[in-house]
Amino acid sequence: MFTPIRKVIIIFLLTVLAGYISLPQDIPLKLAFAGINLDKKIVRPDLNLSFRNVKIQKKFDLILGLDLKGGSHLVFEADTSNLNETEKKSAIQSLRNVIERRVNLYGISEPNVQTSSFEGKERVVVELPGVKDTEQAIDILGQTAQLTFAEIGTEDSPSFFNPTDLTGADLESATVTFDRNTGKPVVQIEFTDEGGKKFAEITKKNVGKPLPILLDNYPVSQPTVQEEIIGGSAVITGEFTLEQARNLAIQLNAGALPVPVKLVEERSVGATLGAESVSKSIKAGLIGLLMVLTFMVLVYGKLGIIADIALVIFGVLTLSLYKLIPVVLTLPGIAGFLLSVGMAVDSNILIFERFKEERIKRDFADALEVSFGRAWDSIRDANIATLVTAFVLANPLEFDFLHTSGPVRGFAITLSLGIAISLFTGIVVSRNLLRVFIRQSVK
Amino acid sequence: MDWMRYRKIYFILSGVLITIGLFSLGKWGMNLGLDFKGGTIAEYQFEKEISQDSIEQKFKESGLEIFSIETTGANKYLIRMSPLDKEQKEKANKILNELTEGSSVNELRFEIVGPSIGPELIKKTIYAALIASIAILLWVAYQFKSFSFGISAILAMFHDTFILIGSFALMGHYFKAEIDFLFVTALLTTLSFSVHDTIVVYDRIRESQKKYSESIYNLANKAITETMVRSLNNSFTIIFMLVALILLGGTTIKWFAIALFIGTVAGTYSSPFVAVPLLVTWDDIVKKLKFKK
Repeated sequence: MFTPIRKVIIIFLLTVLAGYISLPQDIPLKLAFAGINLDKKIVRPDLNLSFRNVKIQKKFDLILGLDLKGGSHLVFEADTSNLNETEKKSAIQSLRNVIERRVNLYGISEPNVQTSSFEGKERVVVELPGVKDTEQAIDILGQTAQLTFAEIGTEDSPSFFNPTDLTGADLESATVTFDRNTGKPVVQIEFTDEGGKKFAEITKKNVGKPLPILLDNYPVSQPTVQEEIIGGSAVITGEFTLEQARNLAIQLNAGALPVPVKLVEERSVGATLGAESVSKSIKAGLIGLLMVLTFMVLVYGKLGIIADIALVIFGVLTLSLYKLIPVVLTLPGIAGFLLSVGMAVDSNILIFERFKEERIKRDFADALEVSFGRAWDSIRDANIATLVTAFVLANPLEFDFLHTSGPVRGFAITLSLGIAISLFTGIVVSRNLLRVFIRQSVK
Repeated sequence: MDWMRYRKIYFILSGVLITIGLFSLGKWGMNLGLDFKGGTIAEYQFEKEISQDSIEQKFKESGLEIFSIETTGANKYLIRMSPLDKEQKEKANKILNELTEGSSVNELRFEIVGPSIGPELIKKTIYAALIASIAILLWVAYQFKSFSFGISAILAMFHDTFILIGSFALMGHYFKAEIDFLFVTALLTTLSFSVHDTIVVYDRIRESQKKYSESIYNLANKAITETMVRSLNNSFTIIFMLVALILLGGTTIKWFAIALFIGTVAGTYSSPFVAVPLLVTWDDIVKKLKFKK
């Protein structure tokens, strides 16, 4: 098929391409030499092709997890004790949707909302990158926000609220405006057609009486009805701050939570701590890599140099795949990557050790081919066993009884990706490099 | 070299290590971290200098119990508390504002884990470990066409797991090493490390089996001699990366890297000195049983 030289050229081109993708977006260039001061920033353009109607666009950015770029990870547990199985399923689905709508209205880029279920416990996991005010986010997301309009009860018990069938479900939209008289923030609501009719009826019935507006069974305002209201809109005045009014509008627009939830887990990491982790792991990674590279050359000499080249190619390919797939990189994920760098040379070591034995019996080229062939069995079997464990940890089929989120998964994904790529670089790349460079230099 | 002659010594050594581990586990238990026990971890960086005592005192006055407080850098404190509810959290924020008197305080991280998360994590981990073990057992048994290979590999794998758990029980007592999410990950990774190395040695036995009709005892010796250098060299490269992570990777993943380190060392040792001796011993027992018949 292809000669080794052609294969090496293909590998080289692939590496250049992957190297381009792996580069950071901005490359600061600082140089002060012999009176010349160079301070420039090179910007690597992203893929942006358009050919007639076909547009190919792809951003080559590393996606960092919450622990690295800062943000909040919140887990809410739903109280589904009063529901049967089928009700539970649809309630959780709509719970997820409502929370997702609230997150989107709150205005966070790249949020992640998912459900998890384990032994009857239903949870919604919310990831909010870059969020600073976690308290506020929790308040907005976790409140049921069931809006009801109530009538005041009979004269015997005037404080008794009698909820009507007009609820938050009858809302078309909610917006924050300011009261013309007081200048205070209020929430203006528009009803749906149906809701407008209900509202007209209720106001007609209660002229001259107060009509309390309840949020989660707690009265937020208690306006007195002056006359029947037909227009289908109303204003909730309360002692709101602007922020509170905004939050209420978000909750009303997104709809009430179908079941009450409580916060069971909160993890917030500030951006500074995340940046510190990134720089520390890069430093650790580079020093570790340097030790591995040196070790290989010291132990295997010329062969070691080839293994080192293959290892660098491994690093570049892996990094570019993280960007292309894309893999969300977390701190354990980086550890998984660094670990796979340590493991990537394993197949080379296996082959080189084998080569030492075979070299005694055959000539150089033969020994090389035989070593690759013989070592392959053990490389394959051993790596498949590792991949099995990584597969269980990464849980790509989303089984509820295994880990579904968090650090375990991030680690497993980078580790298994690393193993898969190391099989390619260890076998294909170094084999062809050896064929071309070592064999020719021997001749 | 006649590695198998010293089988008893290997078994005794492993036995002693595991016993120490089990003893530590029985005596001190595991030092469970936030992920398992539930609680609050808060790390703050203050602009100006604030003494540890004043923080402790203020929290105490407000009825917030601090389990432990430690410095993690200049004017940086890491505080552990019971899981705070909303009101308690507001209280804590108020205290911080009073303490700093207007200068800034940076919340580096804030984690609250409710008590229900831990048991779930344990169960999920056990399931994951069981599934992985069974899958590996079947894979090894299938590839080497013998259950004795599979079971010996799995036993060596459990050996490494016990050593890792035992050493963390010990280090939990003396160095406050905590058991968290990441430890679980390291534990499960150790499973695959262990079997990875074992398979490489087994592969040599399998290859020689086809060529020479010798006893497992001799084939095992031959295989260990042939794979010893590669085994050590490979572990070195992994250990280089891990040592770099332990020393430079920061506090968050230090214990994770240490756990992986112990797993790697145990995994490297257990392949020639536990898995293979077990295989040879198994073979001995089978032969004796046949002989009796």
